Amino acid sequence: MSNQAAERPRPLSPNIQIYRPQLTSVLSIVNRVTGALLSVCGIVLVVWLVAAATGPHVYALVQGTIASWIGQIALFGVTFAFFLHLCGGIRHLVWDTVHGFELRSIYASGWAIVAASVVLTLAAWLPRLFAG
Amino acid sequence: MDRQRTRSPLARARGFGSAKHGAEHWWMQRVSAVALVPLTLWFVASIIAHTGSDYATFIVWLRTPLISILMVLLLIALFYHTALGLQVVIEDYVHSGVKFAALVAVRLGCFALATTGIVAALRIGFGG
Repeated sequence: MSNQAAERPRPLSPNIQIYRPQLTSVLSIVNRVTGALLSVCGIVLVVWLVAAATGPHVYALVQGTIASWIGQIALFGVTFAFFLHLCGGIRHLVWDTVHGFELRSIYASGWAIVAASVVLTLAAWLPRLFAG
Repeated sequence: MDRQRTRSPLARARGFGSAKHGAEHWWMQRVSAVALVPLTLWFVASIIAHTGSDYATFIVWLRTPLISILMVLLLIALFYHTALGLQVVIEDYVHSGVKFAALVAVRLGCFALATTGIVAALRIGFGG
């Protein structure tokens, strides 16, 4: 590419900031963001397993970090992210069978996965909340 | 001859396209996703069940052969799915010279993390 061509700003297609957020577009990006976030959790899972394999002292250190206030809030957020990605993923698998593409179905399944994620997250944390 | 017919019948049947990978990335993302539905649900349920368990109880649980198997399967499916997912994110948003390095780092990082996790799980499993 010549310098002259590089200097001239090229036209851009309308991007995400232009459009009004809709359930469809928001859930699409949520699936990506939660996926990226859960990748970080994969690292935590490995650290946690290595700590458990190393011995009780190292394990206590990692477990203590997770049990702290910040750790518990992070874990709660991660639980919600996990269920959003799980439900969103199942929604994608249903779409792969060429079902549920009507606009009504897309919105119905969209709200369904949001509701399911909230319920599942609360259900997962109920024992913890009652234990105090 | 119409444009649809410029590719050989064999190439059309194979459906690999110009990248020669066909739908493999897409398909493996689905296969790993299907594996992760029961595996992650099992893992989350187990963690909830072990809330407040001490180290010894937790290790005894991890030493059960079935638990070792499920943990290794989880690690394989999880990091395979992670590698495929992050690859698409990088391909979509990173367009600078960092792209190539990022793609390599994600692949190798996921492979290293899966291996480390599996070794740790097996060390616990075999009581090493």
